[in-house]
Amino acid sequence: MSTPASVGAVEASSQPESFVFTPENVAVAETIISRYPSQKRASAVIPLLHLAQRQHANWLPRVAMDYVADYLGMARIRVYEVATFYTMFNKEPVGKHLIQVCTTTPCWLRGSDEVLGACKRRLGIGPGETTSDGQFTVVEVECAGACVNAPVVAIGDDYYEDLDGPAMVALLDQLARGEAPTPGSQTGRRGSCPATGPTTLTNQPSLPASAGAVTGADD
Amino acid sequence: MLRDEDRIFTNLYGFESPGLKAAQVRGDWAGAKDILLKGRDWVVSEIKDSGLRGRGGAGFSTGLKWSFMPKKSDGGPVYLVVNADEGEPGTCKDRDILRHDPHKLVEGILYASFAIGATAAYVYVRGEFAREIQRLQVAVDEAYEAGLVGKNACGAGYDLDVYVHSGAGAYICGEETALIESIEGKKGQPRSKPPFPAQAGLYSRPTTVNNVETIAAVPTILRRGAGWFAGIGRPKNAGTKLFCISGHVNNPCNVEETMGIPLRELIDKHAGGVRGGWDNLLAVIPGGSSTPVIPRSVCETVLMDYDGLSEVRSALGTAGVIVMDKSTDIVRAIARLSRFYAHESCGQCTPCREGTPWMSKIMDRLVEGKARVEDIDLLFDISKQIEGRTICALGDAAAWPVQGLIRHFRPELESRIAAARQSAAA
Repeated sequence: MSTPASVGAVEASSQPESFVFTPENVAVAETIISRYPSQKRASAVIPLLHLAQRQHANWLPRVAMDYVADYLGMARIRVYEVATFYTMFNKEPVGKHLIQVCTTTPCWLRGSDEVLGACKRRLGIGPGETTSDGQFTVVEVECAGACVNAPVVAIGDDYYEDLDGPAMVALLDQLARGEAPTPGSQTGRRGSCPATGPTTLTNQPSLPASAGAVTGADD
Repeated sequence: MLRDEDRIFTNLYGFESPGLKAAQVRGDWAGAKDILLKGRDWVVSEIKDSGLRGRGGAGFSTGLKWSFMPKKSDGGPVYLVVNADEGEPGTCKDRDILRHDPHKLVEGILYASFAIGATAAYVYVRGEFAREIQRLQVAVDEAYEAGLVGKNACGAGYDLDVYVHSGAGAYICGEETALIESIEGKKGQPRSKPPFPAQAGLYSRPTTVNNVETIAAVPTILRRGAGWFAGIGRPKNAGTKLFCISGHVNNPCNVEETMGIPLRELIDKHAGGVRGGWDNLLAVIPGGSSTPVIPRSVCETVLMDYDGLSEVRSALGTAGVIVMDKSTDIVRAIARLSRFYAHESCGQCTPCREGTPWMSKIMDRLVEGKARVEDIDLLFDISKQIEGRTICALGDAAAWPVQGLIRHFRPELESRIAAARQSAAA
């Protein structure tokens, strides 16, 4: 995980004194733990770290790792190992919007450089940096697993696909205005279907004739 | 071209609802009880006879893998683990199953679990697929509510619990024993084998790990029969396959096609052809990032299946087809993959931990031509020192793209070095 450079300096002071799950999250944690054999509570460590991170502005302070360790009866070092091994866990504060730009080869072939460049132009920051108002952090990530909709950016829980420079700027503008941009393809195509319409699955009576042009809905 | 009535993934693009009712209209869960009542041996032999091979990259016979599981219960738990840690660059097929056809997966989990005598199933989904995890959880909840899984699943007297588990960003967890370690709450570092998961897997109990697409294909095979699936494609390369066509094509897309379809037909029919026309093609990475690149001359005729790609010293892998036209800096394209593998090495085995960053550094120098001609051989040598010398296949996966580049594009590497020398001298 790359370190957001501009927040490194404030890292020590932003470590909170304590962390506990909210009552709602205790209930969620118990549901998660019930999925594993009773002697195997450690299996819940990744889901519980996700839960803690969601509760704490999308990053994991040390006290949250300690809390999860104690909650599951694990040695704290085992939880630190997990929290530092997996890239989704942020060990330092990140901006309100964490812009994860995929730059692996399939995205790069389709213009991820342009997407990163758009972030730089619009926000004035490069990969690993956070805007001074704490609104945006930009990071480069490895393959997001949506290669036929490249280039792809993950923001929060959603993927934004089929991007180019102007589309990326438009997304950032929306986020800056406090709006929630529509996830999925930004060119309006449906899922991983060819942009000009399906070349298969056209003989199904239950499908609308103009299926290829359907946009939005649940994607 | 595969006929629509022979396609398994009929909601690939999400034109219809992923929900249970819509899935049942598409034929999912039909006759589930009857299938279970035919017995465990029948399910295993049907899948064996169908010729289904693992769709996650390795291509091992699914029925054979299942048959390694203990035939008799010792009273303890047995597990099916579904690998949904999709992240091989170029690959995005399992995502479509999870979000658009999740009931195919849940139903397949029931039959696969039954076939191996599992008491519970875990689906390990990469953490970044937050929305897909939600979709899958909804499908699992629907299946429980309808009595399709859980106690006395489908009323056939078999109990099965199905759980969705989230990863947190680590390509290596796609390796089956790393994935098991990760479910156990540890760093995702692959285990030495033997013992194989069938003997000692999750919580040291007998476990089978299968890819999403493999499991999701099972219900249709059982309904339509082994002969139907085996009759599609070529011998030892049977059935249909989801292909992901990315990069420099006019219409990047996922599509289900027959195994063994010519690469050129796949690109021309479904992806709208190479950008700028077929003659503008430079090279293709045919099966996800770890498979060696093939130049246009090979792309003309190669067939997209295990044997077809093996014959040209590449591999089908996950069938993630990455297309590169003549505008591509092929050295940079492969260098970016070297960086990927250096980033994703788990650090356990020295040849991979140390070797992948070395390869990445040399590749970065080669992009600029700031290298010696001997560095090409050095790079090849390092790749050979990694390949086959690590616990898991990540070492091989890192070595092959570099070897493929040197095999087919050595003149490009050499001329780049010469050009850099010349401009430095000037």
